[in-house]
Amino acid sequence: MSEQSTGHPILTAHRAGLVGCHSCGRVWPEDQRRCKRCGARLHKPDRRGLQAVWAWWFAGLIMYIPANIFPMMSTQTFAGLAGNSEATIAEGVLELIHHGSYDIAAIVFIASIVVPIAKFLSIAWLAMVAGKPATTDQAHSRLKVFEVVEFVGRWSMIDVFVVAILSALVQLGFVASIHPGSAAVCFALSVAFTMLSAQSFDPRLIWRGLPLRSRTRD
Amino acid sequence: MLYLWGMMSQNPFDLKTGAGLLACPRCDALHVEEELDSGETARCIRCGTVLAKPRGGAFSQLIALAFTSMVLLIGAVFFPFLEISRMGFGNATSLFGVALAFADGVLLPLVAALLIMIVGLPVARSFLLVYTLAPLAKGKPPNRHAATAFRWSEAMRPWSMAEIFIIGTAVALVKVAGLATVHLGPAFWAFCGLILVNLASRGFMCHTTIWDAIEDAGLHTDGREMVEGRNS
Repeated sequence: MSEQSTGHPILTAHRAGLVGCHSCGRVWPEDQRRCKRCGARLHKPDRRGLQAVWAWWFAGLIMYIPANIFPMMSTQTFAGLAGNSEATIAEGVLELIHHGSYDIAAIVFIASIVVPIAKFLSIAWLAMVAGKPATTDQAHSRLKVFEVVEFVGRWSMIDVFVVAILSALVQLGFVASIHPGSAAVCFALSVAFTMLSAQSFDPRLIWRGLPLRSRTRD
Repeated sequence: MLYLWGMMSQNPFDLKTGAGLLACPRCDALHVEEELDSGETARCIRCGTVLAKPRGGAFSQLIALAFTSMVLLIGAVFFPFLEISRMGFGNATSLFGVALAFADGVLLPLVAALLIMIVGLPVARSFLLVYTLAPLAKGKPPNRHAATAFRWSEAMRPWSMAEIFIIGTAVALVKVAGLATVHLGPAFWAFCGLILVNLASRGFMCHTTIWDAIEDAGLHTDGREMVEGRNS
């Protein structure tokens, strides 16, 4: 335990030869497999756990490609006589801008284009720098990035819900009907895989190898 | 307010077995467990993550909110969600209707997954929470497998997406506005209510308190004492 003049001395569970439960926080001897309090599997903060992060990350990335190429939904008006349009994610946003609903276009653009890409980049970055030496401030900002990724990931589902609602609702027979496209499934899977990727990232890795001293907080 | 002062606490702990200690799930810093008063907040001394935030009477409030959310969800499933009409062709849809409409399509797995996220998981979470907390609120020993039930309920949290569904509905409304006239049904408002209930439930929820209560009320007593919220 290294003690510095400022702040309070810190001992991590890993350093003490113990392992903390990620689910309930209870601390156990290092060789224990399962938490006796909540039953969750115990694992040490180890860079090997990043394999799962990368596996889910690639799965998500692979599904994200067809999600952008194939149509998200197809709209049929007057049984296809007045037009039968198919729109991918990007086209859907452009269409909304065209209609003049900029705020909704912004929501869809952020939720289904900006957030997924930003999420891919930040998870990859976190997984690459995890466990490498860092200053306390860097660790704090990395933890913040992780928390944002964790929080924001589910919101990409918006577009899938929109397609589901529209295709269930707009079934007016001859007049108009909307059908979901194959991209909806790919996009839903992509979002689910990246959520799993973020969940398998162990934030304790961010803090490994850092000076064991607390920052004086106000 | 910090209360877990690293290794400087007077409370008994054991560095061999980990008894009486708490590791921050975010940064692995060890803390000595101490009792908190209602309304106090314990933060990790290293990364600042909230470790515990007990509230008096939180268990009964959480149970009440779980029941509220179950009632709202039943309404949300069976009442019409949105109604649409154009040129005499109309269509009212409940979530149940959505499910039936897709029951034979290739997209059935997608719709099933979405329904589970919107309705299934919130209902399951409410049940699990009531199952876990009901005996604890009365100060009785927890039900069998209460720990597993609560752990599952927490694992489901990121996958229950009712609030995202509502924002999706708003986007869908704008998209469809040019095509036809849309009316909001009672189920829509039930979902809006559900979001508020979820927010309130989040505010009352303190994992550490619940885990301690499960542990102390009979499962594995290790000599540490009662926690706030169980008897208040």
